[in-house]
Amino acid sequence: MNQTSTTDNQEEITPQFTGAEILIKCLHEESVQFVFGYPGGAVLNIYDAIYQQDKFEHILVRHEQAALHAADAYARSTGKVGVALVTSGPGATNAVTGIATAYMDSIPLVVISGQVPTHAIGEDAFQECDTVGITRPCVKHNFLIKDINDIAPVMKKAFHVAATGRPGPVLIDIPKDITATLNKFEYPEEVNIRSYNPVTKGHGGQIKKALKLLAESQRPMVYTGGGVILGDASVELTEFLQSLGLPTTSTLMGLGGYPATDIQSLGMLGMHGTYEANMAMQECDVLLAVGARFDDRVIGNIEHFLSRPRTIIHIDIDPSSISKRVQIDVPIVGDVKSVLTDLNDLVKSEKPVQNTAALAEWMETIKGWRAKKHSEFALDDKLIKPQQVIKTLHEVTNGDAFITSDVGQHQMWAAQYYPFDKPRRWINSGGLGTMGVGLPYAMGVQLAHPEAQVACITGEASIQMCIQELSTCQQYNLPIKVITLNNRYMGMVRQWQEFFYESRYSESYINALPDFVKLAEAYGHIGIRVENPADVEDALKEAFSPKLQDRMVFMDFITDQTENVFPMVPNGKGISEMITGKSS
Amino acid sequence: MRHIISILMENEPGALSRVAGLFSARGYNIESLTVAKTEDTTLSRMTIITRGNDAVIEQIIKQLNKLIDVVKVLDLNDGKHIERELMLIKVKASPAHRDEMKRMCDIFRGRIIDVTDGGFTIELTGSGHKLDAFIENLDKSAILETVRTGASGIGRGDRILKL
Repeated sequence: MNQTSTTDNQEEITPQFTGAEILIKCLHEESVQFVFGYPGGAVLNIYDAIYQQDKFEHILVRHEQAALHAADAYARSTGKVGVALVTSGPGATNAVTGIATAYMDSIPLVVISGQVPTHAIGEDAFQECDTVGITRPCVKHNFLIKDINDIAPVMKKAFHVAATGRPGPVLIDIPKDITATLNKFEYPEEVNIRSYNPVTKGHGGQIKKALKLLAESQRPMVYTGGGVILGDASVELTEFLQSLGLPTTSTLMGLGGYPATDIQSLGMLGMHGTYEANMAMQECDVLLAVGARFDDRVIGNIEHFLSRPRTIIHIDIDPSSISKRVQIDVPIVGDVKSVLTDLNDLVKSEKPVQNTAALAEWMETIKGWRAKKHSEFALDDKLIKPQQVIKTLHEVTNGDAFITSDVGQHQMWAAQYYPFDKPRRWINSGGLGTMGVGLPYAMGVQLAHPEAQVACITGEASIQMCIQELSTCQQYNLPIKVITLNNRYMGMVRQWQEFFYESRYSESYINALPDFVKLAEAYGHIGIRVENPADVEDALKEAFSPKLQDRMVFMDFITDQTENVFPMVPNGKGISEMITGKSS
Repeated sequence: MRHIISILMENEPGALSRVAGLFSARGYNIESLTVAKTEDTTLSRMTIITRGNDAVIEQIIKQLNKLIDVVKVLDLNDGKHIERELMLIKVKASPAHRDEMKRMCDIFRGRIIDVTDGGFTIELTGSGHKLDAFIENLDKSAILETVRTGASGIGRGDRILKL
């Protein structure tokens, strides 16, 4: 009698769950709000467990690539880890573009992929592929779970690795039989990975040295990147820059890290950066790089960049980003928020004496560059200029919308003509440059911020790469405003062909476009076509009016086909060797 | 410049492909790579011989450290070190040439570990140069088969790569 009751008791204390249920419980433990996914054979047990829970919402996309992009944008716009769930084989391979996109921009994701049962692995089973092998070069880390006891600890590790240090996607491949095996559930409270201890605190001596160099500098310049956004360091950055009055420029990924409408901001730098930002990068004597990585689109020709002597200070959480392409004089490895906080404390305690006369003269030089107004464009009364659409969008949304973009000319115009004053408002694929991200990005952002205005700036080519998601937007009533700059060309390809291939427009013209208004309507949305420059403002006002605030609006702006993005640093040229447009 | 890099890593499936994949993905060169578990069976020790200028080697070490499975990395070239490679070589040794082959083996402090009517299998340990020299001093037509492990390295004296 006694023995029986003990056994009963033990069963009560440690209830058993299937692997799928354990997986779901782990997601609950991590307070996951949304799982973006698509079901399939290998994940049926997991989907059955999802059906029986209501702590997170599953968002059913129309293609796995979009699940990854939406989870990625959720992460970019909130700072939390995005979660995606896909099946084995084609589910996983479709997810690869999204994983690689997130990896290049250091976005924290946890991706769960189904796998064929353990006994079938390696037998070329139906919908089998080596997901861990395929994704290895484009994840921060990945796991193949072969033991039911590993689910909870691996999930804990995955969220930890994804979100800490330099963030990135982590994939967990889980065979179907494991999701059906029974086990007890215990979520580890702590995670300890002996081989993974990212440095967060910057070296005090180096920080002091950096401040001294900046204070004594005659022509200081600050260049900030995506690390400021990922590290939630824009408040600290703003305090630092304003306390010393330093001029600053941002990469495509760092926009919004410092208020773009402030006078100290020179706008974006790089291939399509502003004239003043690129000139200041080239001519400065002390350069502070914060959470940026001196990539080819930013620095242009390295030899040309290095032909001018300057002292470079680099703050980055990833030691491998330091001295990767450009030799750094004062490296500071650490979390940008922590290092900038230390710098701000040091400014307060040391009150460094600045070279104010030289700084004032330098600011005058910059003012001179700015006065050249190379970022201006001419309006046309017959053809809609793409820049006009973006500028008007900025006015209509009071500069406070979340903007996602696809990849190409429209992306650059969005970055140039929609100044971002806040971080996490500008969501785009900078590193991998993935066409098709715009619409699924907008879905992830709108779900995370249901009350916010979300606009997807895109082109007629990019939008068609994930257009099927218009159906998802209808299912979840996402009132995204799609702003298509329709020039009937793959604009950036066309621009390069015009400049560097004697206008041989090889395969960059699409002459069989759908009627986007009807297409939007077919998916249950509102479609608006705008062809006249005089109608741009009213059309945008209508799309963002309270009347349509609960509706998705697809706007098809027919724009000037010949418009190019200026300034432009041609491939292989130095950052100050810009082409500055037709007028100049 | 030639560098010998020692890596202490988790003895996990896939760890080797992470390292090998890193080298191929970033265009680094691998001359040789050896790996086996250590006295602590949760850890593997890998030795990689690579070539590159200082900037490339610095990046290789940083990138290796970034891999989650990698516990510690040491560039043995930063200090004094010892490296050894093992070669097994099967050679022809007809009755007329047996003595000469045995003498050559002794000169290089090799050991004959298998004998047949027509030949020997010789075990030879040393630096890569020594193994190269042995091969060069043999009549090429006498070599039936060679297999080399690639170098393993260890720091001299108190220099220790351990958890």
